Amino acid sequence: MKEEVLEKLKTLAESAKYDVSCASSGTTRKNTPGGIGSTAGWGICHSFTEDGRCVSLLKIMLTNYCIFDCAYCINRRSNDIRRATFAVEELVELTIEFYRRNYIEGLFLSSGVINNADYTMERMVRVVKELRTVHKFNGYIHMKSIPGASQQLVHEAGLYADRMSVNIEIPTEENLKMLAPEKDHESVYKPMLYIQQGVLESTEERQKHRYAPRFAPAGQSTQMIIGATNESDKQILQTSASLYQRPSMKRVYYSGYIPVNSYDNRLPAVKQAPLVRENRLYQADWLLRFYEFKVDEIVDEKFPDLDLEIDPKLAWALRHPEQFPVDINKADYSMILRIPGIGVKSAQLIVTSRRFARLRSADLKKIGVVMKKAQYFITCNELTLNTVSDTSPEYVRRILTEKKMGKGKDNRQQLSLVFDP
Amino acid sequence: MIIFHYDKTFEGLLTAVFDAYNRKTFPDRLLEEDELEPLFVDESYTVLTQTDKANRVWKALEKKLQHTTRNMLTHVWLSELPASDELIFRYIRKTFDRKQSIEMNFADDDVLQMRNLAQKVDREKCRMIEYVRFQKAADDIFFAPVSPDHNCLPLILEHFKDRFADQKWIIYDVKRNYGYYYDLKTVTEMTLDSTNLFPEGKLDEELMAKDEKLFQELWKGYFKSMTIKERINLKLQRQHLPKRYWKYLTEKQ
Repeated sequence: MKEEVLEKLKTLAESAKYDVSCASSGTTRKNTPGGIGSTAGWGICHSFTEDGRCVSLLKIMLTNYCIFDCAYCINRRSNDIRRATFAVEELVELTIEFYRRNYIEGLFLSSGVINNADYTMERMVRVVKELRTVHKFNGYIHMKSIPGASQQLVHEAGLYADRMSVNIEIPTEENLKMLAPEKDHESVYKPMLYIQQGVLESTEERQKHRYAPRFAPAGQSTQMIIGATNESDKQILQTSASLYQRPSMKRVYYSGYIPVNSYDNRLPAVKQAPLVRENRLYQADWLLRFYEFKVDEIVDEKFPDLDLEIDPKLAWALRHPEQFPVDINKADYSMILRIPGIGVKSAQLIVTSRRFARLRSADLKKIGVVMKKAQYFITCNELTLNTVSDTSPEYVRRILTEKKMGKGKDNRQQLSLVFDP
Repeated sequence: MIIFHYDKTFEGLLTAVFDAYNRKTFPDRLLEEDELEPLFVDESYTVLTQTDKANRVWKALEKKLQHTTRNMLTHVWLSELPASDELIFRYIRKTFDRKQSIEMNFADDDVLQMRNLAQKVDREKCRMIEYVRFQKAADDIFFAPVSPDHNCLPLILEHFKDRFADQKWIIYDVKRNYGYYYDLKTVTEMTLDSTNLFPEGKLDEELMAKDEKLFQELWKGYFKSMTIKERINLKLQRQHLPKRYWKYLTEKQ
């Protein structure tokens, strides 16, 4: 390994970092004799960069040369940035050596498109194939599928990769066409469908034969850029909800738009990435996946955008005061899940421990319920004061969104006396 | 107040449980053999650790408790927090004395405390799996110093043994001055005579393998480039990656 690899590595990492996904979960695999590596189903992060995002996989591009000119992408061909390409052996050695030092959990391989989709995809497949077959690498591999790649290549990639992904980037097709005239939704949904078919076929095969090859066992994911175009949260969440209907779709990522190409006037002029909106979208995404919410309960015609001030679960509860207060000792699990301040873990603990004794508010606190929020929505053995139905949603909202005072601080402002001269 | 003295081993604790049931007196405090007793002691008893007694108690627990709950007991023991042994003692007593299983009764303070403590140790175990950083030494051994809050090294051995089966490694707990060495076949416990080999958590450059320095530089360079400047959030970083672990992280050195 030579010194100049450092420059390449930096350049290609810079180009790859805007991809959000970094999960290494979903596959459990033990090491094989003579091999290196394993994967844990729960996913392992190895470090955290200064922006607070985790580093789990070696997220890298094979090359950042690209024939496309998408307005939102830093690697568009009209950008004057430093370009580099990894040789297959270089990238393979880098992955193995980083892995041996426990820096990473595996490889996240992406690439700019050179020549055409299939040419690029074929080179990417060579990297993962060499890792898996020559080096017997059993760590995690996440591979991007290039939009427009052929079914054969997607299929071959799926045999080596744990997770595959194709990014939608822009939720609606007309906006995608505006920002990336060379792309359309078909080129995205097609490889998605190939991956889905591969996953379904392999699951069916494996029910018949235990040793049938696995195909992308951790499923697929995708990503949407938020705030680069004018879609409402309703449109975005409906897109994700319909994606989650697909059997192999595990995660939809939301990426707050960062103005990497601020000179392009098709893009909005923003100073700061919409981080709060991004956070609210993730919260809504969790409601869809773990809290048994339907998408039209979170956003509808009347409220097409998420409330930036309060989280979507609290927002739902305040729009439906008639559902509360909920009796902790009697209500069923799905209703307990809907109480603001109670997460999946505390809901499960509540349901299991209330068989032994009636729960009091002190017990709930110890279990981990955020009583500051939950108190307005529950009744337990003794606590019934000030619930949302006794008072009003507006009152609860005001209390919960009031600026917190630091301990010992008094934020009552002194009246200023202004003397006119 | 009834006091039991024992040798502060897990076997000793189980023997203490056995003796307590045998004598029909249950301790309010568990102290080390030569630890100073508090005032007003009614009765003081010293437990002699015996493997067969400890085994009998463990077997009884195997009948009463699920596998995961028994793991919880060992996790809490490894937490090495003061009074964690008394908590384990109370938990075992409740397990034996009640007809109904207490495992799921999180309204009971001891049960909830056990769970929370075990979770704490488990979280650090995960962190160790994440934040161990190997440095390749000149003799091809991958060396990693750590200093966890809880004694969680025994919990992570299986993971590393499986994952890095084809490389020799040492994971060394600097705080407790012991570690484990894997020689491509088995893992053995070891103690280093001097810890001067790695001042500041870094292996001396003369002891490093020849390309080790380069890979460390590559990793640091990669780590730096991954940051998105527009999203800097140092508070979030420290929340996930507490500062006390930074000493041994290559990218933070």
